[in-house]
Amino acid sequence: MSAVAGKAKEFEKLDVQVLSCSTDSRFVHKIWQEQELSKMVDGGFPFPMLSDAGGKIGSAYGIYDEAAGVDVRGRFIIDPDGIIQAIEVLTPPVGRKVTESIRQLQAFQHVRKTKGAEVCPAGWEPGKPVLKVGPELVGTVWKVWKPDE
Amino acid sequence: MADDEKVEGCVASAAGPIDPQAEEEPEQARQTRKEPKMNVTVGKEAPDFEASAFVNGGFKNIKLSDYRGKWVFLCFYPGDFTFV
Repeated sequence: MSAVAGKAKEFEKLDVQVLSCSTDSRFVHKIWQEQELSKMVDGGFPFPMLSDAGGKIGSAYGIYDEAAGVDVRGRFIIDPDGIIQAIEVLTPPVGRKVTESIRQLQAFQHVRKTKGAEVCPAGWEPGKPVLKVGPELVGTVWKVWKPDE
Repeated sequence: MADDEKVEGCVASAAGPIDPQAEEEPEQARQTRKEPKMNVTVGKEAPDFEASAFVNGGFKNIKLSDYRGKWVFLCFYPGDFTFV
C-alpha cells in the first residue's frame, strides 16, 4: 500500500479515488498508518483504508481466501458509472506495479473521454498513438501502429 | 475522532456487500441466504458495499456508491504489517 501512497499525487491528478481494503480492523489500519506507512511515505497512505472483517466484501469480489482468512491482492478499476473496467488478482507473495495501474487508468480514461471512438493498443502510454475505430481500420492497423514503437 | 468512538462503540459493524434486492427481504431469509460468490467481471457493475474505514485520522463508514461519478481504484491486500 505504501507503493500506492507514493503515487498519491498521480492518482489525484487523474481524479481517481483510491480505496484500500483488507480484513484488518480500522484500529489496526490506524496503527499501521502511524507506525509504519507514515515512515515509508511522507504523509502515509492518504486514502480511506477499509476494513473487511470477515471477508464478506472480498467474497463478493471473488478474492477472499477462506482458508487463510484474508483478501488476496485483487485490484479493481471501476469507472464513474460503477462498471468494472479492469481486474488484476495476485497471490500474496508478489506485489503490484502501481505505474502499470496508472497507465491502465489513463488508457481507460482516454477511451471514455472519446466515447470509445479512440482505443489504446498494447503498451499504450499518454502521448503514444491511439487507434481510431472505424471500418477503415480493419486490416490496416499495421499502417498506424507497430508493436515495437 | 474521540467523539466518533463514543458514538460508534468498539465493534460497530458496517453493512458489507449491499444487495439491492435484499432490501425487502425478511431478516431470517437474509441470514440463511448464501453470500454471492465471484459474481464480478469486467464490463459488469461493481458490487456495492459499506465498510468501516480509517480516513484522515478518524473513523467513518464508506460506501462504494458514494463515489459514483468518479473513477475508483479499489485495492485489496492480505493484511497490514505484511511484508510485500
